[in-house]
Amino acid sequence: MSVTTTAALRAPEAAGRGRLKGLFEDERRLAFALLFPTMLLLGLFIAYPFVKGVMLSLTNAKVGEPGEWVGLANFAKIWNDAIFRTAVWNTFWYTAVTTVFKLALGLWLAVLLNRHFRGKAFVRAFILLPFIIPTVLSTFAWKWMFDPTFSVLNWSFYKLGLIGGRINWLGDPDLAMASVMIVNIWRGVPFYAISLLAGLQTISPELHEAAAIDGARPWQRFWHVTWPLLLPVTMVVVLFSVIQTFADFQLVYVLTGGGPANATHLFATYAYQIAIGTGLLSEGAAISLAMFPVLFLVVVVQLLYIRRVETR
Amino acid sequence: MIEGAVWRKWVFFYIPLAAFVFLLLFPFYWMIITAVRPDAELYRPWNAPNYAPFWTANPTLEHIRYLLEETLFSTWMLNTMIIALVSTLISLVCGVFAGYALARLNFPFAGGLGTGIFVTYLVPQTLLFIPLSDIVRNFRLGDTPWALILTYPTFLIPFCTWLMMGYFKAIPKELEECARIDGASRFKAMLYIILPIAVPGILSAGIFAFTLSWNEFIYALVFLSSPEQKTVPVGVTSELIRGDVFFWGPLMAGALLGSIPVALVYSFFVEHYVAGLTGSVKG
Repeated sequence: MSVTTTAALRAPEAAGRGRLKGLFEDERRLAFALLFPTMLLLGLFIAYPFVKGVMLSLTNAKVGEPGEWVGLANFAKIWNDAIFRTAVWNTFWYTAVTTVFKLALGLWLAVLLNRHFRGKAFVRAFILLPFIIPTVLSTFAWKWMFDPTFSVLNWSFYKLGLIGGRINWLGDPDLAMASVMIVNIWRGVPFYAISLLAGLQTISPELHEAAAIDGARPWQRFWHVTWPLLLPVTMVVVLFSVIQTFADFQLVYVLTGGGPANATHLFATYAYQIAIGTGLLSEGAAISLAMFPVLFLVVVVQLLYIRRVETR
Repeated sequence: MIEGAVWRKWVFFYIPLAAFVFLLLFPFYWMIITAVRPDAELYRPWNAPNYAPFWTANPTLEHIRYLLEETLFSTWMLNTMIIALVSTLISLVCGVFAGYALARLNFPFAGGLGTGIFVTYLVPQTLLFIPLSDIVRNFRLGDTPWALILTYPTFLIPFCTWLMMGYFKAIPKELEECARIDGASRFKAMLYIILPIAVPGILSAGIFAFTLSWNEFIYALVFLSSPEQKTVPVGVTSELIRGDVFFWGPLMAGALLGSIPVALVYSFFVEHYVAGLTGSVKG
């Protein structure tokens, strides 16, 4: 309160030096001015497209045709669309499986990196590469490794005696989804590991020592000391990654394009195919909006959780 | 954490760690080796007797030459660089301003706005790309760099704001109050007292934003159509593949060269990047 009164007292003097300056001495005006560019950009390119997307999904617009109001016809249509149903199932399955693996492997790697060893900084820096290198570019490396005729993976597994013939990684409907998942896990593990490592480093070693003195075995120490303290960071990382994975596009687009025979479509790739590939804008908008309820739920959980942690 | 015999250290530490490093980095090795491997070796089936995957006796720069001379790759690099730099800059300015306002100023709806910005952070690009492509066209931004320069900040500003908010909150209020007692305006106190202290945060946010915009794909794919306007990820995807034919040599060379700017920025600022990454998650 005292700040505002001094500001008010100084206002006439400031006005003498320049109107602009006096204008921004008021906290609300300054806040408005500072937030304006952000609000403008987010309003124009997030809020407005969202409203527009909802409107679009209720019409029968095509590329270059505004279309007419059709109510929920698009949603009814995709509900009965077998490919859409496959895409929904794929998206949930893809998100669930990769999240479990990313969390388990990421946690393991974080625990390994939490030790002191020579070259630690070096290893940590290199390990993040899959996460920072543009996804599309590294995914092409994987696509080349998965190539049925020239695959280095086939060669390696064959030489190791694990397989007898060739594996058609991306051409077989069942294997294709697994292959996409492998690449997603590969790209996601470093993110989990580094974030969880940051969480691990905030846990005081004294707690471990105390538990060790009390006779807790390494596994017990992890389960009863580390894990509960790590849980808040883990929750945020998982929810965050779930959203990204659920709305994934690039991996499937590059690796399979949704094929073979639409077996690997996710919400986003199917929406892209319908809206941009076939030009049915409104139906595509409906497909990507169908992601919204799940995303909304995850965001609400995340907000509630953050609030609970902050007020604790 | 692991005590006892030497073998335990190997089994529980060195071997798993080595396996992680190997698996995480192998695709990059494969990228590099493919980029310099001559076509004759490249298209030799994996079960051919002379298939030698991990090394090449005749490295060639032919794919890189093809990429730089016969394709628009250098244009894509330049486009991506400009778009990433400008959108990062816009996002930093917006994020610093908004972060400061949310961390330091009292005004109505501050909490609601903060939450609102956090929620936009969680909106994935794939939710909005279809209506947004319409909007971009209506604004006559389609097929220009501006389509991306103006839309990328939508996913960069929110985390810049959150990261900066954290930094500003950690700076003691007294510093600013001293400057204000000495007669500095609010804006000046922010600019000359608070911003210099927050430089590490700004650097982290900037580096993280730069790598994100370099990585962005779906907006660039949908909003740009002429080959000479494309960014690296989209150009490589659409122009180095003809129908079903993949030009693997140039493709991997493109993937390699296209990764270098991000890798360089990252290698110089690893610590800042990690701070940005963990900060962006913790919010």
